[in-house]
Amino acid sequence: MARITAGVATSHIPAVGAAIDLGKTAEPYWQPVFKGYEFSQRWIADQKPDVVILVYNDHASAFSLEIIPTFAIGCAESFAPADEGWGPRPVPAVEGHPELAWHIAQSTILDEFDMTIVNRMDVDHGLTVPLSLMFGQPKAWPCKVIPLAVNVVQYPPPTGNRCWNLGRAIRKAVASFPADLNVMVWGTGGMSHQLQGPRAGLINKEFDKRFLDRLTTDPEQLAQVPHLEYVREAGSEGIELVMWLIMRGALEAKAREVYRFYHVPASNTAVGHIIFENPR
Amino acid sequence: MPPVNYNDAFKDIPGTVVFDATQSRLGYHLNMFCMSLMKAENRAAFKADERLYLQRFAMTDAQREAVLARDYNRMIELGGNIYFLAKIGATDGFSFQNLASKMTGMPEDEYKAMMVGGGRPAQGNRSRTDRSK
Repeated sequence: MARITAGVATSHIPAVGAAIDLGKTAEPYWQPVFKGYEFSQRWIADQKPDVVILVYNDHASAFSLEIIPTFAIGCAESFAPADEGWGPRPVPAVEGHPELAWHIAQSTILDEFDMTIVNRMDVDHGLTVPLSLMFGQPKAWPCKVIPLAVNVVQYPPPTGNRCWNLGRAIRKAVASFPADLNVMVWGTGGMSHQLQGPRAGLINKEFDKRFLDRLTTDPEQLAQVPHLEYVREAGSEGIELVMWLIMRGALEAKAREVYRFYHVPASNTAVGHIIFENPR
Repeated sequence: MPPVNYNDAFKDIPGTVVFDATQSRLGYHLNMFCMSLMKAENRAAFKADERLYLQRFAMTDAQREAVLARDYNRMIELGGNIYFLAKIGATDGFSFQNLASKMTGMPEDEYKAMMVGGGRPAQGNRSRTDRSK
């Protein structure tokens, strides 16, 4: 049977993608950011996931205001990098896993999550920057990816608790998939940042560190934090952190934290990164 | 105190507009104009004659003027969402950090230095009604 072996959370800052694409990773400004992922690249080379369920948000790339799905699962064979206004990132196309994606869609819908099924979708920096951070610059991504897009742009986004419970439903779905697959769930976005208005540039290291601690030890209570607290404490775009709860909910309660990295700043944002392994 | 409704509660946060139903309805055409800038030919048409291009969209005159002036805070007030508005910045060739500095009214180098120094603190920036928070 398929099994979820590990979870990864990471920020998905577009400027980080640009730094990789433009060969700036060794510059003094960027060097500390990329150093924080050296362990992770070695770790994932050993782990060799077959499939990553990649939880991210679309930034007005695939979804405009015409259609705004709260949870959308990509069931296509492949997904092209989106043109976000500068031309598409020069990264490989993302190969999907339609069979597992459809299985998860069916299982979670029957568990009363009203998933949107997407058969055509370009994927933006929210999805491709985490792949670059974890895998570097390969000619093709070394695993299949199931994009799971969460609305955090139009209010209200899903609650932390809803995200946590969706993670649990994904855990159940994967466990009932009859193929021997090593599956990871990644949660992306965050950490504290605000990109809009006179309060832009807000960073809250205390909030972020506490969030990382609680994600490890107390995730079910962490899922009760209301939207208002995210926006007040972690900035308007800090709301993206609810997506990390999907990843954590998909893991077992006693999943072990194996790595953590935190750095301020990358562009406007606090970079946060954490890795969990499920007990074997 | 009476209970504060979900949307109103966010209004106590200074310097922040939450993109709720009201903002989304106000800004629909402004944001859809931004969306059009994802196509290279539309970016070229916009750059060639901004005023003329903006006539293609059912925006208000105030929204058009805010776009022409690149007044991002005003665009947000009029229903723009930052992820959509960023496409104007990209069309102009500016980084997100440049847009952020514009919205804060700080010169870009000063804004960058603030970020390198750890960013804008939460302390004093949590509540309009209580600046000590």
